[in-house]
Amino acid sequence: MTSLLIIVIVALLGIAVWQLTKIFDLTQSKHQLGEEYRSEVATDKDNSINGYLMFGFLAFIYILTIYCCVKWGYMPLLDNAASEHGKDVDQLMWITLAVIFFVQAVTQFLLHYFAFIYRGKKDRKAVFYADNDKLEFAWTIIPVIVLSGLILYGLYAWNNIMHYDEEEEVMYVEVYAKQFGWDFRYGGDDNVLGKANVRFIEGINVVGVDMSDPNAQDDVMSKELRLPVGKKVVLKMRSQDVLHSAYFPHFRAQMNTVPGMVTQFIMTPSVTTADMRERQEIVDKVNKINDVRNERSKTLIAKGEEGLTPYTFDYILLCNKICGRSHYNMQAKVIVETPEEFNSWLKDQPKLGKQVAEEKAAATAPEVEIQPVIEIPVTAPEMEIVVDSTAVVAQVIK
Amino acid sequence: MSALGHELTHDHAHDHHHKETFITKYIFSTDHKMIAKQYLVTGVIMGVIGIAMSLLFRIQIAWPEESFKVFSWLLGDEFAPGGVMRNDIYLALVTIHGTIMVFFVLTAGLSGTFSNLLIPLQLGARDMASGFINMLSYWIFFLSCAIMISSLFVESGPASAGWTIYPPLSALPQAIPGSGTGMTLWLISMALFIAQSLMGSLNYVVTILNLRTKGMTMTRMPLTIWALFVTAIVGIVSFPVLLSAALLLIMDRSFGTSFFLSDIYLAGEVLHYQGGSPVLFEHLFWFLGHPEVYLVILPAMGITSEVISANARKPIFGYRAMITSLLAIAFLSTIVWGHHMFVSGMNPFLGSVFTFTTLLIAIPSAVKAFNYITTLWKGNLQMNTGMLFSIGFVSTFISGGLTGIILGDSTLDINVHDTYFVVAHFHLVMGISALYGMFAGIYHWYPKMFGRMMNKNLGYIHFWVTAVCAYGVFLPMHFIGMAGLPRRYYTNSAFPLFDDMVDVNIIITMFALVGAAFQLLFLWNFFYSMFYGKKAPQNPWRATTLEWTTPVEHIHGNWPGAIPEVHRWPYDYSKPGYEEDFVPQTTPLREGEKDGGHH
Repeated sequence: MTSLLIIVIVALLGIAVWQLTKIFDLTQSKHQLGEEYRSEVATDKDNSINGYLMFGFLAFIYILTIYCCVKWGYMPLLDNAASEHGKDVDQLMWITLAVIFFVQAVTQFLLHYFAFIYRGKKDRKAVFYADNDKLEFAWTIIPVIVLSGLILYGLYAWNNIMHYDEEEEVMYVEVYAKQFGWDFRYGGDDNVLGKANVRFIEGINVVGVDMSDPNAQDDVMSKELRLPVGKKVVLKMRSQDVLHSAYFPHFRAQMNTVPGMVTQFIMTPSVTTADMRERQEIVDKVNKINDVRNERSKTLIAKGEEGLTPYTFDYILLCNKICGRSHYNMQAKVIVETPEEFNSWLKDQPKLGKQVAEEKAAATAPEVEIQPVIEIPVTAPEMEIVVDSTAVVAQVIK
Repeated sequence: MSALGHELTHDHAHDHHHKETFITKYIFSTDHKMIAKQYLVTGVIMGVIGIAMSLLFRIQIAWPEESFKVFSWLLGDEFAPGGVMRNDIYLALVTIHGTIMVFFVLTAGLSGTFSNLLIPLQLGARDMASGFINMLSYWIFFLSCAIMISSLFVESGPASAGWTIYPPLSALPQAIPGSGTGMTLWLISMALFIAQSLMGSLNYVVTILNLRTKGMTMTRMPLTIWALFVTAIVGIVSFPVLLSAALLLIMDRSFGTSFFLSDIYLAGEVLHYQGGSPVLFEHLFWFLGHPEVYLVILPAMGITSEVISANARKPIFGYRAMITSLLAIAFLSTIVWGHHMFVSGMNPFLGSVFTFTTLLIAIPSAVKAFNYITTLWKGNLQMNTGMLFSIGFVSTFISGGLTGIILGDSTLDINVHDTYFVVAHFHLVMGISALYGMFAGIYHWYPKMFGRMMNKNLGYIHFWVTAVCAYGVFLPMHFIGMAGLPRRYYTNSAFPLFDDMVDVNIIITMFALVGAAFQLLFLWNFFYSMFYGKKAPQNPWRATTLEWTTPVEHIHGNWPGAIPEVHRWPYDYSKPGYEEDFVPQTTPLREGEKDGGHH
């Protein structure tokens, strides 16, 4: 019924437009040029008013920028980087921001000031000044020099971030993304992650580790990412279903997780969670957040609902690539602790080999029929950056 | 019979006295001026739909998970049960908003309108090279709009994987409902859109190269034409790649192929796909996607050059440097696409390459901005509404472009990729700057399109409120982006970390609501003045270019007699030795007078 109504309305609108245009044709009398149109062309008075407004607008831009910096300047992640490379990133960001703010201030000033001071007057004549090659050269070469500096610094930092020496001692941790959560896997004592493919997902083996790989037996699964401070970690990332992105804002780290491919990000956490919690900027930010949460709690409690728990600072992993309905709530905690704390935690965790074996034993269903499925030899991709995912010999397990 | 054919047989106007019916005049016209207006009105209507969507999701973000009557009313009970927006519908809204604004409003609505209107008029041609293909391109565009709008009414929802529609999310309906029928319709609509864009671009290139009047050398063409020319070429080079990506995606979705998909476990089962890569899609998409945003800004730049020059009563500063910059931007725009993919997992070496090329493209852009500013210097600025929007174009292009330097640097992009910082950047350059260019063009060429003047005071109010609201929305957004707030989040309340950004989001939404409301003023002015605006004279802005030498009443073939001959470049404003402060291009040079910017 509603659709019928809508169709009728659209049809009526179409007819109305058609008739209106017919009327339009009728109203088109022979064109008489009067001077009435001049009322819609800018006069000296208009030029003056708008010229002053242009200058006022410059003040508006400046004031708005300063207001934002003062009111919300504590938010941007420009300090307190929690990783070694983060310091480089922040420094480059500060330098780039300085260049940008300077250029913005000067160019916006010139633009709006000229708009004001050269506002049109009847007796003024513009200067016929059409080009100046020297000027063009100057304002070409200066950006080239400035941008070259930024490029060189940026590329230097990028190379440091993206590459690591094969000789270096690193820890491998797998970051596994799926709709809508994260799993982490440690290489265990041998620091080698077992081979894996989504085709091996079963029961407690949520990330699809190939349990026939001897390196997989001592892998440790976790729902939180715990890292020892000061130790370089290579985060090997996989995705189960769609594109996700592992975003660690405090560590200045981000990398997409791609199904069918292993991506990686390398970093060295440099501040423990405990230490970061003590820093003044973090304390201030936490207080600000808790103020907001308290306000909201009051309204919730008044409505008869539960209040919000107070916030304590934690490093966090968020999903940063649109991945579906709960993209906005795909999070995991990241904890950076001393190597002693980390090692003692890792020692206490159950090994994956044992967990899978226990689960199989617990399932007392007839085994023989299921066995042939597991015995089909399948090679899984190496835990390196695999650009060519055809390395996997696929078996559709039906 | 094409306009070209007529040109060869007889040189005078097409006053054939055949009675034009409503259908041939307004619906299936082959006249470029009518087609321009068709593109414009369709673009404006799509813009209204796109802005309405943005208000809906801005309201959701500012007051998360609250019930709003407007959601019930506009989205219905399925998409907004109890007046609370569904989380995947939020994603659908941002997807369709982006698609409509980038393609339907800022590409078709901007270059479709002004290429069609100005290319024949400013070059002294009777019409486009092929009026028939031109008409076909508009109607295919219309069909594409209709299909995109129809996808909004599909039960499983419209496409919801972002306007960038990366697979696997966009390929698998099990991943998000909108990737079912909604996504299929999106792909069909876009395939048609690409077809019409290519048809238009070919027409523009051929017309510009072949149908210039006597004396109109390439270096006597207005910068608007140069910009539209370069836009058309870049479009021809890049749109087919998106078409190929779309075709491969259609194959993955419906024909079981694995171009973009591999090793997927979804909804409790392993899917059959093997060997594909989503990163391939990203490369194919952004090979168009990046030039696309330059396709959006280049016409706006061309328009601004014209409007600033005519209103400053001064030649555009650095005409040849401007042309060189246009060509440099066009070329560089095809080799920077990887800066959208720094954290995609592609080889880090590519990251270095694309950082280098991206920061290079800042240089011709900077040159253009400096040239605009110098054009104002010592001018005699006539503050018509078009001029205000052109000045606003330069201001917001600088603001938005500068943050591109951060995003183009791979190291810095690690932290701001896919955050609100990116959203702020591209909205300033596209949603504001390019839009201002479009407004400037509309206000400036309205008398040419409709033979009437728009209301001046309404124009002023429209500009100033829009200018304040535009900065009010997008300047604060940079800060929450830098604070790590990701984009495309249905609500920010899932993370206590973002609780202190609530008031920023509310302020942004407030400015957006006010700004959008004042666009109604523009719509009123636009539609009302068509019928009741003051009648325009032939050359109300006292400009030098050829379009102002045609009669106010539109005729097929544009000029009643012979096409005028051109003797000088288009920027003889306030030339010494002339009493008037402008010399039309058709005025012959005097004895010993030099053409170009020298005297």
